[in-house]
Amino acid sequence: MNKFGFQISRPRSINMDLSDDGRREQLLEEVPSYRLCIGCGGCTATCSAGQFTNFNIRRSHTALACNQTEGLAAQLDSCMLCGKCMLVCPRGVNLRGLIIRMRQMLGRV
Amino acid sequence: MNKIAIIGAGPAGIEAAATLAAQQIEVDLYEQGERPLCNIRDKAFLFPNFAEAREVADRLTAKLDNPRIHLHANSDVDHLTESGDGRWIVNGETYDRVLITTGYRTFDAHRKEELGYGIYRGVHTSLEMEQMLREGKIVNANGDVPQRIAFLQCVGSRDEKTGNLYCSKLCCVTAVKQAIEVRKLIPDAEIFIFYMDLRMWGQHYEELYRQAQQEYGIRFVRGRISEAGGTYDGRVQIKSEDTLMGLPLKITTDLLVLMVGMEPSEGTRKLAEQCRICGDYGFAASADPHLDDNRTTHRGLYVAGACKRPMTLTDAVNDGRSAAVCLMGE
Repeated sequence: MNKFGFQISRPRSINMDLSDDGRREQLLEEVPSYRLCIGCGGCTATCSAGQFTNFNIRRSHTALACNQTEGLAAQLDSCMLCGKCMLVCPRGVNLRGLIIRMRQMLGRV
Repeated sequence: MNKIAIIGAGPAGIEAAATLAAQQIEVDLYEQGERPLCNIRDKAFLFPNFAEAREVADRLTAKLDNPRIHLHANSDVDHLTESGDGRWIVNGETYDRVLITTGYRTFDAHRKEELGYGIYRGVHTSLEMEQMLREGKIVNANGDVPQRIAFLQCVGSRDEKTGNLYCSKLCCVTAVKQAIEVRKLIPDAEIFIFYMDLRMWGQHYEELYRQAQQEYGIRFVRGRISEAGGTYDGRVQIKSEDTLMGLPLKITTDLLVLMVGMEPSEGTRKLAEQCRICGDYGFAASADPHLDDNRTTHRGLYVAGACKRPMTLTDAVNDGRSAAVCLMGE
């Protein structure tokens, strides 16, 4: 029993040793263009949902890749699958496919 | 004596001609325009040391002042074909050796319609900005001094949508250079550079970037601009993401400057195709990118400068000289 009024803090850092690589690999296999992302943020810039909700398309797939999935499923719900992100992506990433697969992985579909 | 033609009086072509002439070799130098070095004369100052572009161009042009160099201005080379006996025919004239130095053109910003070039008056290309800098006067769509200016990198470079997957390599440092020049002309303006990666690969480039932050207060935003729209008062509203914050961003500026990339010039495309030395994206290809970068797969045909890939002035001059040495040895 802790009687000292403090406890061990939960680390906030991304722990690459513990992150489950399985999902990232699976996503790469199913949406191969995912590996081309350079994180420019063009998709987020143009995203209508991202203007009004905490959904950030670039951040969401970056988060999944390093297993930071807390709250992610709910954020993905904001996506309307309009595909504007795909029109601006300079690397031709299949972002809509990515969202759909991520939703499935996180049990939203 | 071998008869030699050089096509294109840019930095590479001039330096090659001067190198050959210094060895008592006669050269025919074809230039499509009225004057040589139009791409250098377009500029105000050159990175990274702010040398006056016209002064540098004058010094380079002075090298043409040699009786062995025969400059044919206003001479577009329409046809470059093999004669059959290992020689080359340039506009009907037969040569033993031909050096192609037909250079580059800038990306046509109209093709990125979402960035509003040609639609909104506040959107300019880096070339137009260079012209304003040359005149020493920067104005917005209403003719006033702009208080906020944004530069966008990678327009027509590193972009699958335009088919140009390559990096144009010079735009990063050019934007930093132009931003500093703008700061000198408008001390109280807010200046932003939107970038995906800043590639400060050359000597003194990184220092220039540092100076831009430290002395000139240029603000760098890591994000690509996805679209630009006009406002009722002639300004430009930009959408991007501040990727370091992880939030979408919008900003209204007086000017948006699109850093247009380098593409092969029409001449480069045409001649590369005619001579069957097409490289990637319509650039001309050398025989070997490591050890034989001036010869081509055809005997007697050589390439130098930005007709091969995006290249700085320094690199083009050096490449022209290297081609001349290569040509002399054969």
